[in-house]
Amino acid sequence: MNIFTDWPSYLPELLAGLGVSVQVALLSLAIGIPGGLLLAIGAGSKNKLVRVLIIGVVEIGRGTPALVVLQIFYFGLPASGLTLTSMAASVVALAATTAAYTSEILRGGLQAVPQGETEAAGALGMNRKDTLRFIVIPQGFRVAIPSLIGFAILIFQATSLAYTVALPELLSQAYSIGSTTFNYLSVLLLAGLMYAAITIPASWLTGRAEKRLAQHL
Amino acid sequence: MDIFLTVLQGVPMTIGLTVSALAIGAVGGIPLALGRRSQIPALRFLAVSLIEILRGIPPIVWLFIIYFGLGTALPQLDPLTSAIVGLGVISCAYMAEIYRGGLSAVAQGQWEASEALGMGRQSVLTFIIGPQVFRVSVPAAASYAIGLIKDSSVAYTIGVTEIVYFANDQSRQSSDALGPFFIAALVYVIMTIPCAWATRALDARLRMRVAR
Repeated sequence: MNIFTDWPSYLPELLAGLGVSVQVALLSLAIGIPGGLLLAIGAGSKNKLVRVLIIGVVEIGRGTPALVVLQIFYFGLPASGLTLTSMAASVVALAATTAAYTSEILRGGLQAVPQGETEAAGALGMNRKDTLRFIVIPQGFRVAIPSLIGFAILIFQATSLAYTVALPELLSQAYSIGSTTFNYLSVLLLAGLMYAAITIPASWLTGRAEKRLAQHL
Repeated sequence: MDIFLTVLQGVPMTIGLTVSALAIGAVGGIPLALGRRSQIPALRFLAVSLIEILRGIPPIVWLFIIYFGLGTALPQLDPLTSAIVGLGVISCAYMAEIYRGGLSAVAQGQWEASEALGMGRQSVLTFIIGPQVFRVSVPAAASYAIGLIKDSSVAYTIGVTEIVYFANDQSRQSSDALGPFFIAALVYVIMTIPCAWATRALDARLRMRVAR
């Protein structure tokens, strides 16, 4: 039993799994980041009730493990009459987690935009909404990019949790190959390396993004 | 109420798992952090690769590699040991990065002053820099610990009887599928939020004892 000899035969199924993992990660980010932006803007609202409510939602969202959120959507919701497929449950759960975490990242970014920018926009006669949309958000978002990439890496890793809801992503595929060949170590190592093959270069990207953005600030 | 008490049974396991893994990481992170700053390129490369690989693979995959993968090669480890080893090894990598941040936060003058006093590199690290690095690292280590409380939930997938394990069990047994998970979520929130507050207070106190 050699660890590496069977790797080529595992590859097609694992690559299909990796495709599903990437898809879940991208969809969650595409839904979660705009959600996070809304929460970040809401957390700066002038209405105290709105502010407290949003901060509460964000704290609960960040305090709950993504695994539990996933189980709520997949195993819990059918009891109240709403049954989601494992794909939909995974995307919704990870998107919710993304929104909670990125709202804090984006709030930091928005706060980093100098007060003078808002005042200057006001002096030019822009209203609050336009100032937010054309002045504050574009700059705040840029500041937040390195942290957002870092978070995206974590969400990609978190797609492996979808194994628990029987989504055929990378880990599920590896585990099912393992359970038929009994060669768990070999296939799981290959799956691990496939995760690393995406996350490690992506984390280099974070470092580069940080350097590039530092030039503009 | 019964469900709540049953889910609570998982709390000691979650805390035990988190604390054990963190203890392994706090100790194991030291050689990795020092290796990263070593003057020997091969050692530096080894430390960096280890850190990147450990952090690059999701925790649940590490647990599977240790529990199912190594289980076929070595005498099978029980779920709890596998989870402690898995999360512990990952913590080593994260703690190493936190110490690295701490090392660069300690003022350069501290090294120079110690050298001026004729101290060797070894004793400078042990008596002057080390204690300050630990103090500076507390906030980052604490937020990592809070994350680890939540990450330890993945141990349920290999059968460790922690919070999510009991929640899942209750969800399947009782007519109420949703409740146990909400209770589990609540328990995590109750555990993590005071931790975050305590950290902020502790950090403010420790900061006063770091030279600038």
